[in-house]
Amino acid sequence: MFLYRLKRTVKLGIKSLWMHRLRSTLTALGIIFGVSSVIAMLAIGEGASEDAQKKIAQLGSHNIIVKTQDPPEEKSATGQQQTLKEYGLTYSDAERFRSAIPNVQVIVPNRRIAQEAQYRTHRASIEVVGTVPWYPQISTLKVQYGRYISDTDLRYKKGVCVIDEKIVKALFAFDYPIGEDIKLGTDYYRVVGVAREKDDTPESSETSSSGASSQAGANVGTIYIPLTTAKDRFGETSVQMNSTSGMIMEKVELQEIIIKVNDLSQIIPTKQSVETLLKAFHKKNDYNITVPLELMKKQQDIQRIFTIVLGSIAAISLIVGGIGIMNIMLATVSERTREIGIRRALGAKKRDIIFQFLSETFILTAAGGILGIILGLGIPYLVQYYGNMPTVVKGSSLILAFGISSAVGIIFGLYPAYRAANMDPIESLRHE
Amino acid sequence: MIQQYQDNLQFDTDKPILEMRDLCKSYFIGDGELKVLKNINISITPGEYVAIMGPSGSGKSTLLNMIGCLDRPTSGEYFLGGAGVSTLDDDDLSSIRGARIGFIFQSFNLISQLNIIENIQVPMFYQGLTEHESAERAIELAKMVGLGHRLKHRPTELSGGQQQRVAIARALSNDPLIILADEPTGNLDSSSGSEILDILHGLHEQGKTLIAVTHDEGIARESERVVRLFDGAIDKEEHNKKRNQR
Ligand SMILES: Nc1ncnc2c1ncn2[C@@H]1O[C@H](COP(=O)(O)OP(=O)(O)OP(=O)(O)O)[C@@H](O)[C@H]1O
Ligand SMILES: [Mg+2]
Repeated sequence: MFLYRLKRTVKLGIKSLWMHRLRSTLTALGIIFGVSSVIAMLAIGEGASEDAQKKIAQLGSHNIIVKTQDPPEEKSATGQQQTLKEYGLTYSDAERFRSAIPNVQVIVPNRRIAQEAQYRTHRASIEVVGTVPWYPQISTLKVQYGRYISDTDLRYKKGVCVIDEKIVKALFAFDYPIGEDIKLGTDYYRVVGVAREKDDTPESSETSSSGASSQAGANVGTIYIPLTTAKDRFGETSVQMNSTSGMIMEKVELQEIIIKVNDLSQIIPTKQSVETLLKAFHKKNDYNITVPLELMKKQQDIQRIFTIVLGSIAAISLIVGGIGIMNIMLATVSERTREIGIRRALGAKKRDIIFQFLSETFILTAAGGILGIILGLGIPYLVQYYGNMPTVVKGSSLILAFGISSAVGIIFGLYPAYRAANMDPIESLRHE
Repeated sequence: MIQQYQDNLQFDTDKPILEMRDLCKSYFIGDGELKVLKNINISITPGEYVAIMGPSGSGKSTLLNMIGCLDRPTSGEYFLGGAGVSTLDDDDLSSIRGARIGFIFQSFNLISQLNIIENIQVPMFYQGLTEHESAERAIELAKMVGLGHRLKHRPTELSGGQQQRVAIARALSNDPLIILADEPTGNLDSSSGSEILDILHGLHEQGKTLIAVTHDEGIARESERVVRLFDGAIDKEEHNKKRNQR
């Protein structure tokens, strides 16, 4: 009985909306754009945030990353530029962190060198990371096959290396890499393992290979060798070409030291200790401390603000759409005054009239909402496809957008429907 | 309320189907009071055919709207089918209109978006009949008023006389207690007017209670009783002996 009424009323609503196709479409457009912009903006925002979160998460939430940075140019007393620049993190820094800071789980000192690797006739520019056997503990690196650098390798400065999958692709098209020798610089290194960084998508690899990537340029991948071997064979000085003063010699012991704490709550105090220690032993500002956890929190704050801004824009656009609907429904009601009078005379109760006009508004907004969702799904797709920006459409944002648009329809449809129901039947019948 | 009202519908044929006692209606414009109906006392028995006549502005339409429960009296009492309706609320009055009153208007008042069947279905819709039941009945009624071949037409595609026949079919759809017609032939030429008169006459023959406001002497002649209004009061009532003589 009720369902039958509903069916009839909906049918009637569709019929009268269909009779004013252009008007209905224009009215629904407000809702369509409102809903689709909500979905699209949320998808783009969510995509950007998820991407950033992923990149940060790759740095490790329990880690504190200290990196060497080129200190600001300093002139010597004579005004001449130094020919040998000595700066950056040192082995003593790492030792001090280990002995002076409690709650440290591991400390990983790394040496990063841009190099060219060669296997038979294949060459590739790569990044060499001189590191320690416990490096995988602070990264998402997983050994796929073979093994990682061992304590023995480190102690005896062995010429072994672990390569990542991209190197395998670039150098060993079809060969099995384990046991083969790769030439780095002037020496050969035996491949003992193949490893892979989790979630290592092409876009994120540039940021995840952090440190030396800026100077290394576009490297294909990473080759891990024992830190001691790296120190021995590559030395610590490098030659940099500088446009203003020609050649400069640089001496850097370590490019980065990564400290992993046991518990998230220790991140901040540990960072402070690290800072204090570095300040005490470094005269120049030649280091830079990154805390992924802090980045993550900052990112979440930005995301929250972003969501609030988007939410208000969406709310405003939907309210504007709602006002448009109210305007049209008021016009419809006054246009159909006589029909309302007739229906009232023929036995329609006030609530029947309210129901009739409200369902018309609801159909309009629901249809607008559905079209808006379709459009709202299309925009992120195009953005991702052509703009190369990650987007994430959440089911909850679809439900939210549709729910809000329906609510807007009902709220802004109530007053016109109420007006229609409360018109005097006799006067409505007399209306021309 | 309605249930109780409907229970009271078991009435004797000689008891009045409709009774008004000292019924007054005033409009208040600014500070002034405009008395449109003054102490109306009228009682109509089932099956009667009553014509309400009078000069323009004498309150005929107002009285008819009052009978049809579209309006509420300022004072006085109104009984329909033995139950007082002057104190009912809007929902109850709507139910009574839908279930017990059939309206026929001077300007037909069909809903232009709807076709003939759908127009006839409207009152049945508000009474909760199913689509199937109401459609069946609507077709039957359309055939009865001679429009069985134009069921899917819109009102605008029909002549005035045909539209009024649809309106009569619609008025009959809920098998009302009383049929009210406000100048049913006022917008029609004489030939379609007389068609309508024939249909009304037929309804009367079937025992329906009819009340028609009219300037048309034809209706007056066919009716059993003519109530003449003047300036909001019943001036005189004439009982027509020559009824059913055509
Ligand atoms: N809503 C209203 N407000 C104020 N005055 C009204 C209203 N409705 C009707 N009237 C007045 O009541 C009086 C009676 O009106 P009504 O429509 O009943 O006359 P009528 O007899 O039907 O006239 P006609 O033959 O021209 O249709 C008129 O003087 C009219 O101006
Ligand atoms: Mg009138």
